[in-house]
Amino acid sequence: MSISSGATAAPRGGAVGSPLLAVDDLQVEFRTGSGVVNAVNGISYTLAQGETLAILGESGSGKSVSAQAIMGILDTPPAHITGGTVVFEGRDLLTLPPEEQRQVRGPGISMIFQDALSALNPVYSVGFQIGEMFRAHQGLSKKDAKRKAVELMDRVRIPAAAQRVNDYPHQFSGGMRQRVMIAMAIALDPKILIADEPTTALDVTVQAQVMDLLKDLQRDTGMGLILITHDLGVVNEVADNVAVMYAGRIVERGTVDDVFSRPAMPYTEGLMTSIPRVEAKGGRLVPISGQPPNLARIPSGCPFHPRCPRRRIGAEAAPGRDCAVDHPPLRLVVPGREAACHYSEEVLGV
Amino acid sequence: MTDRHLTDAGHDEVGAGRVTGVADAADTQNETETATQGSLWSDAWKALRKSVLFWLGAVLGVGFILMAVFPQLFARGAKPRDCDLANSADPPSAAHWFGFDQQGCDYLAQVVYGARNSLIIGVLAVLFILLLGVIVGAIAGFYGGFTDGLLSRVADIFYAMPLILGALVLLRVGPSTDIPVISDRGAGAVAIALAAFGWMTAMRLVRSQVISVKSGDYVAAARAMGAGDTRILVRHILPNAVAPVLVYATITVGILIAAEATLTFLGVGLQRPAISWGLQINEGQNLLRTAPHIVLFPSAVLTLTVMAFILMGDALRDALDPRQRS
Amino acid sequence: MGRYVARRLLLTIPVMLGASFLIFAMVFALPGDPIAALAGDRPIAPAVAAQLRDDFNLGDPLWLQYAKYVGDLVQGDFGTDFAGRPVLDTILQRLPVTAKLALVAVLFEIVIGIVAGVLAGIRRNSFFDNLVLVSTTIVVSVPILVLAFLAQFVFGLKLELFPIAGVRDGWYSYLLPGLVLAAGSVAYVARLTRTSMAENLRADYVRTARAKGLKPSTVVVRHTLRNSLIPVVTFIGADIGTLMGGAIVTETVFNIPGIGRAVFESIQRQEGAVVVGIVTLLVFFFIFFNLVVDVLYAVLDPRIRYD
Repeated sequence: MSISSGATAAPRGGAVGSPLLAVDDLQVEFRTGSGVVNAVNGISYTLAQGETLAILGESGSGKSVSAQAIMGILDTPPAHITGGTVVFEGRDLLTLPPEEQRQVRGPGISMIFQDALSALNPVYSVGFQIGEMFRAHQGLSKKDAKRKAVELMDRVRIPAAAQRVNDYPHQFSGGMRQRVMIAMAIALDPKILIADEPTTALDVTVQAQVMDLLKDLQRDTGMGLILITHDLGVVNEVADNVAVMYAGRIVERGTVDDVFSRPAMPYTEGLMTSIPRVEAKGGRLVPISGQPPNLARIPSGCPFHPRCPRRRIGAEAAPGRDCAVDHPPLRLVVPGREAACHYSEEVLGV
Repeated sequence: MTDRHLTDAGHDEVGAGRVTGVADAADTQNETETATQGSLWSDAWKALRKSVLFWLGAVLGVGFILMAVFPQLFARGAKPRDCDLANSADPPSAAHWFGFDQQGCDYLAQVVYGARNSLIIGVLAVLFILLLGVIVGAIAGFYGGFTDGLLSRVADIFYAMPLILGALVLLRVGPSTDIPVISDRGAGAVAIALAAFGWMTAMRLVRSQVISVKSGDYVAAARAMGAGDTRILVRHILPNAVAPVLVYATITVGILIAAEATLTFLGVGLQRPAISWGLQINEGQNLLRTAPHIVLFPSAVLTLTVMAFILMGDALRDALDPRQRS
Repeated sequence: MGRYVARRLLLTIPVMLGASFLIFAMVFALPGDPIAALAGDRPIAPAVAAQLRDDFNLGDPLWLQYAKYVGDLVQGDFGTDFAGRPVLDTILQRLPVTAKLALVAVLFEIVIGIVAGVLAGIRRNSFFDNLVLVSTTIVVSVPILVLAFLAQFVFGLKLELFPIAGVRDGWYSYLLPGLVLAAGSVAYVARLTRTSMAENLRADYVRTARAKGLKPSTVVVRHTLRNSLIPVVTFIGADIGTLMGGAIVTETVFNIPGIGRAVFESIQRQEGAVVVGIVTLLVFFFIFFNLVVDVLYAVLDPRIRYD
């Protein structure tokens, strides 16, 4: 990820390339019978080749919705993309004709979902569903597509792929099903893979295997990986950079090492202290108090202020920096780090 | 019951079955049982009040019941038995809105007075069905095992027999037997025949409710406190079946009214001189070319009556199913 | 699967026996004199009455009468009517007529019901969707008896588009009664398809299909319609059995010489052997098509396996 100010955060170990994807001021709202829900409120980021960007947030923070907006697979209505650009290979995907947008999905950007059991069609064999990628985008015959499907299943390390190609999703274990999803997603060697909570539905040991697989595939292909998750452990292990989302906004971003070791935003700080750490054994777990915000009525000022232990309101606040009144923009707080907090310097202790 | 409504009864089992989820979800917790039941009904009423279809059905239904109870209010002064053959099959006119039937009777009065038998048979048959359904269903669901297997197979046997067909045979054979009520070809006989071949859906409904609820914690708690089978059934299990059974019963009244008209039309239901829409349609069938009003008026009123109950039942089902709202 | 089907076939035997016994008992065993009932208002000679008692084994206890009847039945002997005509002949003559009627009805269900349901399901809350909802609500409320006369009156007498009685015009004469017979099921199929489509369109795997970059038509047909049709196809399959046994009113009003009218006529004439024979056959169809549907389910939905 590169930061808008121009200061580039180097991915750990990964090759740095030119930006593959540039999301700018993306906004999504849901228009429902009971009002408008502002799910994504102007998020921006870029993704470089070979980079792993983790988008971290609670459920309802807009992380999945923004990913689906990039893919162009939101249900409209109720979802409406109300602003922003998503530039991929020099073209704004949001203004592309539907047919060209469709052709990007698969060979350009592809996506895997949280629950592979419901995300795979129960009435088709896994081989058919993987092969569909080749049939739809490369016009392969059914037979050739199936042969390719077996190769892919081998590649994602599904044992006895040739025998299992005609099996149905429900006949696989959770981890194997997620591998099927991955095989489908990487079938056309996409430039970018978006993984939406890829391991949440899996057992811990299987989680690690699937993450290893994703990392290996990324190393082999050099694809950019957007990892949407609420699992700090996964972020810490595999991501280069992290963007923390809250109430449809990015509230902090930087390299994983920096953000995890020294958060610059009280919400991130709260996330870090809410997880048990090995070294802090016996220490107390501190949950973030309060409820996630209602996206139909996002609080004024800083959306996090009702839950923020460091908030300054009224007389306590510096002029123009009242947490309940003034909205904090995402700003560069130290080189390589952006945060949306009026008092980040204080949080960082600089 | 008509050819089609037989399948409807089957569909209704599917449809009404959806409602069972309501009670399942609402009543697994002991202490909140009464409260959730209460809010189920008040929520349902709130949803019902806003349903146009419900009000349409309710207005039609009330109109039909008034017609059955106070036919003189609707007959515009005509008596159904005052007939003059000089007027035979005369078409509708300003003075006689529905015209005359073949015997020269005022047809508005005839059609209006026909409502009573439909209502009596529809309600009576549903009551018999509920009685049979609740008893057999509760026994099957509560005792399970062999009893359940046996009773369920019996229900399968009845299911395999089209309702109209079974009722037709029973009503045709009835008069030559010495069984009281069945042999006299009256409203009671028709209601019994309909119930004898139409109780299975109610039974399955109650059975599935009983099975889903009896494993609940509060039933175990009641049992631990020494409550007997009957008490558990009556106090704890059956109240949960009320919502789906009410939906089923409402729709079924409409379906059974149509079935009664059909059986009577076929000649095995009510007999002259009874006044019945089925008899009127039967009488008019050969006059469709020259005096179509004789078939069309009772048909229209019959349809509106059936529609009233189906609309109310559908609206009730939607209102009682929280998954329909959000 | 084979074992499952065999087991299910075995299980249908008690249901068929039970249903035919039920009818048998109603016809022959209710209190009262069955021969007087058989004769109805007609005077009957003592010799004929004795012959009938003998034919129907009325001297035996009920279970033995029934056992003898079933014994004949499994040998293909459905017995004879009062005129001495084999019941099987009547069945074989009337059945094709009802089968044609049911086929026409099923075609209506497939063509009108599914198409209307798919379009309504794809365009939820559109004008067409509301039209489907309102019209199906109305159709479901119209008793088939009323529908039959209404169709005769409007399409037969007023518009003179269709014959109103008999089957003299071949397949064409089946269209109107077929539509009447199918109407309720058409409405149900439309609703079922609509609900199923609308639900499946929100399914995760449809989102996956779009994420794969499939064409919108592929997403709808292959990944939504295919899944949505599972309950619809199984309903239609089971409905064939219901239609076969449920055509009494339609066949009577439209004067169609099918199995439904045959059973109605024999009920009126109290032809016990014919009634029991035909009802047993209709019950068999009902059970058979339900079994077919269960097997079909497993074929259409790979998650269901009967072992």
